[in-house]
Amino acid sequence: MNGIPMEHGLIVAAVLFALGVTGVLIRRDILFILLSLEIMLNAAGLAFVVAGSRWLQPDGQLMFIFILAVAAAEVSLGLALILWMYSWHKTLDVDCASKMRG
Amino acid sequence: MTYAFYIASIIAIAATFRVVTGTHAIHALLYLVVSFLAVAMTFLTLGAPFAAALEVIIYAGAIMVLFVFVMMMLNPGPRSVGRERHWLTPSVWIGPAILTTILLTELSWILTTERGVVTQTENVSPRETGVALFGPYILGVEMASILLLAGLVGAYHLAYHLGRRREEQEERGNTA
Repeated sequence: MNGIPMEHGLIVAAVLFALGVTGVLIRRDILFILLSLEIMLNAAGLAFVVAGSRWLQPDGQLMFIFILAVAAAEVSLGLALILWMYSWHKTLDVDCASKMRG
Repeated sequence: MTYAFYIASIIAIAATFRVVTGTHAIHALLYLVVSFLAVAMTFLTLGAPFAAALEVIIYAGAIMVLFVFVMMMLNPGPRSVGRERHWLTPSVWIGPAILTTILLTELSWILTTERGVVTQTENVSPRETGVALFGPYILGVEMASILLLAGLVGAYHLAYHLGRRREEQEERGNTA
């Protein structure tokens, strides 16, 4: 049984990460921007797991667990801030939140 | 096993593409769940069953359910779909898309210069992962717990003040 070439796994992670970056850049709905951030975190986790599988070490999965913790903390705060923004501006357009203390 | 990896990664990439280009928020969310499940499948084929289980339970389960709750509260209707279509014109997305494509090509070129390294197919068991997690990485566990505590306190703070603000608005609405 053959393993998967490491560069293929890393390229899949790179494609997912690039899609996430594109999403952050082109979307104006802040909910979609948060989703794209999730995609990027997930792609980074995939790269770690591929590397852990390459050297048959548990470190890759450990890093994935830490990324999971970061994603959970980020998403809880991010969604709370989205609710705040909707309460202030009645929209999810990020361009409306261009002023501090506006 | 190898074919399963390629099929799952194609599904993941296609579903993620639909998330980034989608206009309906709930549909994009469901596509993202599909993408996470496909990534969990690639974890299984890479011999990381523990990470695959965590991906399904926490990413596709818990985090996406949070998003579903927030979308139910905000209730983006058909109006927002039309607005998204209006925003996503080619003049908006063509520039960032070209730039990230160039970056991705460079990255792929760098990654493929060293060929022929193959991943192992044996599983790294949850037992080994747990032993390493509470052995040399114990400091990381503590830091993650502090981070989650900070997230908890921050989310509580924001939700508490949001609730008070809503109450004040309702009172003002009742008196007026």
